[in-house]
Amino acid sequence: MIFGVLAVLLILFSIFSEYIAPYDPYMQDLVNAKAPPSAAHPMGTDRYGRDLLSRVIVGSRASIFSTLLLVAVITCFGTAVGIFCGWNGGWLDTVLMRISDMFLAFPGLVFALAVAGILGGGLQNAIIALAAISWPKYARLARSQTLAQKENAYLKAAKLSGSNTAQIILRHILPNILGPILVTAMLDIGTMMMELAGLSFLGLGAKAPTAEWGSMMSDTRSLMTTAPFITFAPGIAIFFSVMIFNLLGDAIRDYADPKYRGR
Amino acid sequence: MKKYVLQRIVQLIPILIGITFLSFAMMHIAGSDAIYELYGDKGAVSQEIIDAKRAELGLDQPFLTQYLAWLGGFLTGDMGISYISGRDVFQTFISKLPATLLLTALSIAVTVLISIPLGVLAALRHDRWIDYLLRIFSFIGNSLPNFFVALLLMQLFAIRFSLFPVIADGVNLSSAVMPTLTLAIAMSAKYMRQVRATVLEELNKDYVLGAKARGIRGRVIVWKNVLKSSMLTILTLLALSIGSLLGGTAIIESIFMWDGVGKLAVDAITMRDYPLIQAYVVWMALIYVLVNLITDLLYRFLDPRIRLGVQID
Repeated sequence: MIFGVLAVLLILFSIFSEYIAPYDPYMQDLVNAKAPPSAAHPMGTDRYGRDLLSRVIVGSRASIFSTLLLVAVITCFGTAVGIFCGWNGGWLDTVLMRISDMFLAFPGLVFALAVAGILGGGLQNAIIALAAISWPKYARLARSQTLAQKENAYLKAAKLSGSNTAQIILRHILPNILGPILVTAMLDIGTMMMELAGLSFLGLGAKAPTAEWGSMMSDTRSLMTTAPFITFAPGIAIFFSVMIFNLLGDAIRDYADPKYRGR
Repeated sequence: MKKYVLQRIVQLIPILIGITFLSFAMMHIAGSDAIYELYGDKGAVSQEIIDAKRAELGLDQPFLTQYLAWLGGFLTGDMGISYISGRDVFQTFISKLPATLLLTALSIAVTVLISIPLGVLAALRHDRWIDYLLRIFSFIGNSLPNFFVALLLMQLFAIRFSLFPVIADGVNLSSAVMPTLTLAIAMSAKYMRQVRATVLEELNKDYVLGAKARGIRGRVIVWKNVLKSSMLTILTLLALSIGSLLGGTAIIESIFMWDGVGKLAVDAITMRDYPLIQAYVVWMALIYVLVNLITDLLYRFLDPRIRLGVQID
C-alpha cells in the first residue's frame, strides 16, 4: 500500500518534473561548470555548468516513462498473442509459439544489444529492442492461463447462452488471467528500468544531451576521479526508483499469492 | 532417459535454425551490406563495378539463397570478414571467447560462495535479525544496476585505495577482480533469495517434522537431508542464470575494458561492424541453448526420482 503511494508519487513527480526542477536542465553556464554543491545548486553542476539536480529531476521522465511504456507494450502485446494462441490453437498457435521459442533462445541482453545496434541509438529503438526480447514471456504465460481457463464449465455456459468469442475473452478469460500477468509486469518494471538505463549507458539508448539517468552516468564518467558525485547522483536516482517499483511488485505478489507471504 | 535425450536434441533443431535465421534476417534488415561498406565513402564508383562486386559476393541472389549460403559458411567456420579490421570474424570471436568464459566462470564461483552459505543461513535463522539484514542486503543488490555497481567499485577500490587496476591491463586475475565482483554482487543478491526460499520450502516438508519427532538432531536433519535435497534445485537455478550473465558481461566488459566478446560486441555495435555483431549474437545464443540443454539433462540425471523412472505426482 505504502509502496503503491510512493510509486504513484514517483510517476506524478516524473510527469511534472519540468515544473519541479529549479533550473532549465539544458541551460549551460560554463562559468559555473563542475561547481561543488552549494545553496544555489544543491547537487552542484556538470561540466557544462548545467544544474545537476534539475537534470536528475527531469531525467526521471525519460527513465521512468519509457520503462512504463515498455512494460505496457510487452504486457499488452504478449497477452494478446497468448490469449489468441491459447483460445484458437491450431497451426497458427504452433507457429507463434515456435517464434516465441526462437526469441527465448537468445540470452538476456545479447539480442537487445544487437537490435539496438542495428536500429542505431535512440530511446525509441532501445525500447523496441527490449520489447523484442521480452514479449514471449507474457505470451507463454497468457497462453497457459487461457488454456487452463478454457476447460472451465462456466465458459461452456457462457457459450451456450449465446456470448460470442470477443465477449467471452473480454468478460471471462481476461479478468481471470490478468492477475498473474499484472504481477509479472509489476516485478518486471525494476529489471526493465535497469536494462534500459544499461543500454543508454552504452550509448544505445537516450542520446546526449537528453537528460536520462543511464546516459548521464556514462557522459560524466570521465569526471569520476575529480567529482564522483556528478556520476553517482543519477545512479542513486535509478537505485531508488527501481527499489520502489521492486517493493511494490513484491507487495502485489504477496497479496496475490499468499504462498509468498512472510518469505 | 535415452529417449528423452534424443527427444530434446530433436527439439533443438528448429530452435537452432530459428536462431541462425533470425540473426541473418536482422542484419539483412539493417540495410547496410558489404558493398556499401566497401565503396560507401569512396565517392563515385560506377554502377558497373558495384553490380559486378554484388554478383561476385552473391548479394544479387534472393534472400533465402543468401541465407543458405551464409549458413553453409557459418557451419564451416566462415563468417566473413570484419568491415573495420578486415580480419576473419570467426577467428576474432574465438580468440576473445576464453576471456569471457573465464569471467563468467569466476563470477559464478564467487556467486556460489556468497549466495549459498548466506541463503542457507537466512533460511535457518528465519525471521531473526540476521535474516532481515540479509534480506535488506539482497534487496539493495537487486535494485542496483550493474554498471552503477561497477562505477562504485571502481571509485572505491581503484581510485580511492588503488588496490586493483581501474581498467584491465590484459586478461589476468588482478584485472578480473573488479568485473567478477560486479557481476557476482548482482547475481548473489538474486540467488541468496532463491536459496533461502528453496531451503525454507524444504524445511517445511513433512519428513523434517517426522525426523524431528523421531528425535534426530536438528543439525543432522539440516546437513544430511534438507541441504542435500535443496542443492539440486539451487545448482540448476544457477546454471540457468548463465544466459543472463552472458548478456550482462557486455556492459561490464566495456566498462573495465576486459578484452572479451562482450566488449568486442559493444565496440562492433558502435562501429556498425555487422558481421561481428552477427557472430556474437549467433554464438552467444548457441552457447546459451547448449548450456540450458546440458543443465536440463544433468538435472534429470541427478534426480533419482527421474533417473529411476519413478512417477512424480
